[in-house]
Amino acid sequence: MQSVTLTINGKPVTAEVEGRTLLVKLLRETLGMTGTHVGCDTTQCGACTVLFNGDAVKSCTILAVQADGGDVTTIEGVATGEELHPVQEAFRTHHGLQCGFCTPGMVMRAIDLLAKNPRPTEEEIRHEMEGNLCRCTGYHNIVAAVQAASGQTPIGH
Amino acid sequence: MYEFDYRRAASVEDAVAALRASGEAKILAGGMTLLPTCKMRLARPSQLVDLGRLQGLKGIEIGDADVTIRAMTRHADVAASAELRRALPALAGLAAGIGDAQVRNRGTIGGSVANNDPAADYPSACLGLAATIVTDRREIAADDFFQGLFQTALAEDEIIVAIRFPRPVAAAYEKFKNPASRYATVGVFVARSASGVRVAVTGASENGVFRATAIEAALQGSFTPDAAATIRVPSKGLASDFHGSADYRAHLIPVLAARAVQTCLSQA
Ligand SMILES: Cc1cc2nc3c(=O)[nH]c(=O)nc-3n(C[C@H](O)[C@H](O)[C@H](O)COP(=O)(O)OP(=O)(O)OC[C@H]3O[C@@H](n4cnc5c(N)ncnc54)[C@H](O)[C@@H]3O)c2cc1C
Ligand code: FES
Ligand code: FES
Repeated sequence: MQSVTLTINGKPVTAEVEGRTLLVKLLRETLGMTGTHVGCDTTQCGACTVLFNGDAVKSCTILAVQADGGDVTTIEGVATGEELHPVQEAFRTHHGLQCGFCTPGMVMRAIDLLAKNPRPTEEEIRHEMEGNLCRCTGYHNIVAAVQAASGQTPIGH
Repeated sequence: MYEFDYRRAASVEDAVAALRASGEAKILAGGMTLLPTCKMRLARPSQLVDLGRLQGLKGIEIGDADVTIRAMTRHADVAASAELRRALPALAGLAAGIGDAQVRNRGTIGGSVANNDPAADYPSACLGLAATIVTDRREIAADDFFQGLFQTALAEDEIIVAIRFPRPVAAAYEKFKNPASRYATVGVFVARSASGVRVAVTGASENGVFRATAIEAALQGSFTPDAAATIRVPSKGLASDFHGSADYRAHLIPVLAARAVQTCLSQA
């Protein structure tokens, strides 16, 4: 076991982990933060996406020890009190979710995308969100939500 | 995942020493290939030696004659480099098409080249551009480096520190991607330089990246899309799986080469 210290959603957190402990396991099982989901075991679905030092990463494929000393933002950390983050609000308004399983990862990926490219084209949104799969296949409204969150007219409106 | 020790390398020498101390130790770079393999229990390293904190292994240098990319430079950084987009747009574009954004935010060029997946993108750029693989102890020409399926010239305890790409007159990469993984079903890298034309193909062969010498010869005579498109590539030795038959891959090679030549011509 080794000790790691991370900043998670702005708060310092110290925990004992094994070398093989994945960041998502630390979040969900040790810290009880179950907003970050696990949808596959092949690093493909993106349900586990969090921000690590400002970049979207798949928390199922990064060791907690690799993340030691870093800054992590999860879905639990994006709203301000009762007020949803603009990307969350856009997903709500534009029905960017059906069962909601993929949504935390979609929202975190979209936040990263818009931080780096504030007005992406539809094509850029589709390319940049390729690492997030929606089993309900609601991609159309997900793209619309990201467009709306970036202040653009959503497709189909 | 099986249990393993985790060690954060303090230097390249420290990482080499750790590999020497245990035959079962493995380098950990971006982890985008190694960690999924460990999760599936297809690999059982005794120790992972993480290069992640070695700042000296990160960065891109653009020289007059060549471009050097250090081993731990992430795909996202290669894709986003404005200088590289000017100096060698084919390479920046190749990096932008690897996997997905989250994979590009972790995966590294050194890890991809060391792994030599037969469907990976970077090996085709290395072979097409006649790159040099720089390790902790020597320099290896790409022509000698890639030695078949997941096989390279690297010794067990050898570490890639950088890849040096000669700057071509023009170069382009065309990938027919697997829609699920974005790995190359077939990818063709065409480079034209003062010393001639090179065409490297990934994704197609059961033996990993290779040079399409018949297309090279045709393009040497006439650097036009038609010259590439009319070459018939034999399907013997090409991969056949549910993404495409060997005949289908053989057909794609000249088609993609012709598109890459078109892109090269539009750069001039
Ligand atoms: C969903 C998904 C999609 C992907 N799609 C693509 C794609 O479209 N195209 C593509 O090319 N790749 C793709 N990849 C693979 C990705 O590019 C990996 O990042 C890359 O293959 C390995 O780089 P890494 O830094 O993650 O290496 P790691 O996984 O950390 O290591 C890979 C191997 O290389 C060794 N190694 C790493 N660095 C060094 C070094 N400096 N010296 C010596 N040995 C070293 C390790 O010991 C290990 O054996 C995909 C991966 C995933 C998960
Ligand atoms: S759970 Fe991480 S990519 Fe699927
Ligand atoms: S809303 Fe159900 S998986 Fe995306």
